[in-house]
Amino acid sequence: MTSTDQTRFPAGGVSTPPAGHRPAGRASRRAETRRKWYEIVGLTTPAIAVYVMFVLVPMGFAVYYSLYRWRGVGPPTDYVGLRNYTLAFQDPIFLDALRNNAIIVFGSLLIQGPVALGIALLLNRRFRGRALFRLLVFVPYVLAEVTVGIMWKLILVEDGTFDALLKSLGLGGLVQAWLADLDVVIWTLLFILTWKYVGFAIILLLAGLSNVPHELTEAAAIDGASWWQTQRHVTLPLLGPTIRIWAFLSMIGSLQVFDVIWVTSVPAVRSLGASGTMATYMVDNGFFARLWGYGNAVAVILFVISFVAALLFQRFILRRDIEGAITRRAN
Amino acid sequence: MATRRRAGAALALFMTSALVVAGCSSGGDDDKPSESELYKNPVTLTWWHNANQDGPGKTYWEKVAKDFSTAHPTVKIEIEAIETNQLQRTRIPAALLSNDPPDIFMTWGGGELRDQVEADYLKDITDQVKTEVANIGSAAEIWQVDGKQYGLPFRMGIEGIWYNKDMFAQAGITAPPATFEELNAAVTKLKAINVTPIAVGAGDKWPAAHWWYNFALRDCSVDTLKKASLDKKFDDPCFVKAGQDLKAFIDTKPFQNNFIATPGQNDPTSANGLLANGKAAMELMGDWNRGTLDTVATDKAKLAKFLGWFPVPAISGSAGDPKAALGGGDGFACAKNAPAECVEFLKYIASPEVQKGYAETGTGLPVAKGAEAGIKDPALKSILEATSQASYVQLWLDTAYGSTVGTAMNDGIVGIFSGKGTPEQVVERMKAAASK
Repeated sequence: MTSTDQTRFPAGGVSTPPAGHRPAGRASRRAETRRKWYEIVGLTTPAIAVYVMFVLVPMGFAVYYSLYRWRGVGPPTDYVGLRNYTLAFQDPIFLDALRNNAIIVFGSLLIQGPVALGIALLLNRRFRGRALFRLLVFVPYVLAEVTVGIMWKLILVEDGTFDALLKSLGLGGLVQAWLADLDVVIWTLLFILTWKYVGFAIILLLAGLSNVPHELTEAAAIDGASWWQTQRHVTLPLLGPTIRIWAFLSMIGSLQVFDVIWVTSVPAVRSLGASGTMATYMVDNGFFARLWGYGNAVAVILFVISFVAALLFQRFILRRDIEGAITRRAN
Repeated sequence: MATRRRAGAALALFMTSALVVAGCSSGGDDDKPSESELYKNPVTLTWWHNANQDGPGKTYWEKVAKDFSTAHPTVKIEIEAIETNQLQRTRIPAALLSNDPPDIFMTWGGGELRDQVEADYLKDITDQVKTEVANIGSAAEIWQVDGKQYGLPFRMGIEGIWYNKDMFAQAGITAPPATFEELNAAVTKLKAINVTPIAVGAGDKWPAAHWWYNFALRDCSVDTLKKASLDKKFDDPCFVKAGQDLKAFIDTKPFQNNFIATPGQNDPTSANGLLANGKAAMELMGDWNRGTLDTVATDKAKLAKFLGWFPVPAISGSAGDPKAALGGGDGFACAKNAPAECVEFLKYIASPEVQKGYAETGTGLPVAKGAEAGIKDPALKSILEATSQASYVQLWLDTAYGSTVGTAMNDGIVGIFSGKGTPEQVVERMKAAASK
C-alpha cells in the first residue's frame, strides 16, 4: 500500500514548465507564482508535518478516546458519548482540582507580579554586586521542577529545617503540618511555585526595563520628578507589554502545572482534593485508576480551559501588543 | 521506472516474509514447540522488570539473563529495568497497545491479568509449564484466568506486622499479639513508653488501604471475598463493617502524627524509615519489606537484630477465617507473539535453582519448592512458615479487583484515615468505579 502511495507522488525535483510557444510574459509570471508556492510548501512542510503528527493528531485522538469507556486494553469499543465529561464535573475531587488551579492562577499573578516588579526595579538600579543578585534571583527558575519539589519536601517535613528555623526565630507557634494539613497544603504549594517562578518574572521585567529609553527617565528627572514618580508615570507604562506577556505565560503555566505538585504532594493528599490540579487529576485517574477514556476527557477539558483562557487574554489584554496578528483591527 | 520495480519487489518480499513469519508464529501458538524448533534461530528476548534500583535484585536478574544466554547461545536477552508504578501503569499498557510489546514482562496477576487476557495480549502457557505450576502450588492460581495459565510468579508472600523486638521488650509486651484485643493493649503499652506504636505510609494510599483489607479479611467470609473478585458487587454488609472496624482502630490513635503525608517506602521520612531507624514499633507490610527496610536503615546490623514479624492478629467472633491471610506476588508473562524461547526463559526463572538464588538476595520470598534453603533471615523464615500454614491466601484487594475499583477503594479508605470519609463511602466509591 505504501509503495503505491509513493509512486503516485514522485519525490523531489521541481519540474520546470516546458519552454516553447506560450506568451513569454504570462508564462514566466505563472512560473514565478508556481515557484513561490513550491517554495512555501517545501519550506513549511516539515514544520507542518511535525505539528500535525505531534500536536493535531494526538489532540484528535484525545477527543476520540474521551468518548469511550476504555481501560487501555484492546481498542476502544464502548462508546459512551459525553458521559466521561459529565462524570468529571460530578466528581468533587475534580472540582477541587479546578479550585486549586484557580488559587494557583490568581495567587501567582497577585503575588509574583508585585514582588517581581519591586525586585526588578531595585535590581535595575546601579549598585555593587548587582550581577550576583540578578543571578541569585534567577537560580530557582533554572533548577529542575523535580529537584525543587524534593528539596522543599525535605525542608518542610515535620520537625524539619523549616520548622526548626521558625522555632529558632521564636515563631514556633506558626509551625504547621505544611504538606499534611489538608487546609494548608495548597498554600504551601503556592509558596513553592512562587519561589520557583518569580525569578522568571524578574528576568522578563529586567529585559523590559532595559528597553525603557534612558532619555525619558532623564527628562523626567530634569522636570523634577522623584524616583517614585518616574517609576509610576514613565517606567511602568512602558513596561506594560512585558507585564502582559508575563501574565499570559504565568496563567497558562498555572493552569497546566503538574511536576512540582506531583513530586511535593503525596498521592493521599492529592486524592482527597487538597492539593491536586487538573493535570495531576488526569494522571491519577488516567494511568493509576486505568480509566484511559476518562483521563482523555479530563485532558480535553484542561485543553479547552487553557485555550479559552488564552484566547480571551489575547482578545482583551494582549490586543494592543499583537494588533492584527490574532484579532482583527477594531473598525 | 527501475525504482518502482525495485519497490514492488521489496514489497513482495516483505509480504512473503510476513506470511512466513505469521505462519511460523501461529504454528508455535497452537501446539507445543517441538525440540527441533527451539533454539534453532537466533532470537532476542526483551525483558521488562521492576528491579530498577542498584542492588542485589537488579544484579541477580542480570546474572539470570546471562546464565540463560550462556546455556542457549541463540538467545539474547535485552533487559529494561523500570520503576514499578511507571512499568505497570504506563509502560506495559502502552507497549501492549502498540504492536511491539516486550516479550517477557512483569505482571501482578488478578484483575489486571484478566483484562490483558481478554484483550488477547498474553501467551497461553498452560501446557508448557505444568511441572512448574505443580511445584509452585496454589500461588500459581493468581496468574490463571478461567483455569488457564498465563504467567508464573517469582515472588510471593503474605503480609504481616514487622516489629521492633527491643521496643516490645521495653514496653513489657511478652508475646506478639495474636488478637486485636492484644494488639490494642500493645499499642497502649507502647504509648506509655513514648513510642509511636505503628507507622503507616498513608501518603502512598495503599499502605493505609492494607489495614482495611485485613479488616475485610476478618469480617468477610472467604466465599464473600471470592465472589466479590468476580462480580464486583460488594453488597455484603461486611465491607462496611471493615470500614467501621478500621475507624474504631484509627480512633485509638495507634499511628504516627500526620500519617496522611507519610510515604510508604524508599526514603528516610517514610513509614519504612520510621521502623528501620527505631522511630516506630510496628508496620504492616508484605514480604518485600525486608529488602526495602534495609535500603532506608542507617544501621543495618542493628535493624537485623531487632526486627521481628508476626501475622495479622485475628478478631475474635468475626465471620472471617482467622487463618486466612492477605498476600500477593510478582510474576512474569510472555506476550502473545513472543518466540517460544520466552516460555523456556519463564520456566528457567521459576526453576528451584534460580529461585534459590533469588531467595538469597533477600529481596523477597521465592515461590518454588526447593528454594527455601536460600532464605537466611529469621523474619523471612517466619513469613514462609506462616504462608504455608495459611488456610486461604487472598490476593491484595486492589490487585484482585483491578486498578479502577482498586484506586477508588484506596481513595475511599484514605478518606477514613483523614477523618473526612465514612465507611459507607468506601463501598459507594467501589460500586461507582465498577461502572466507570
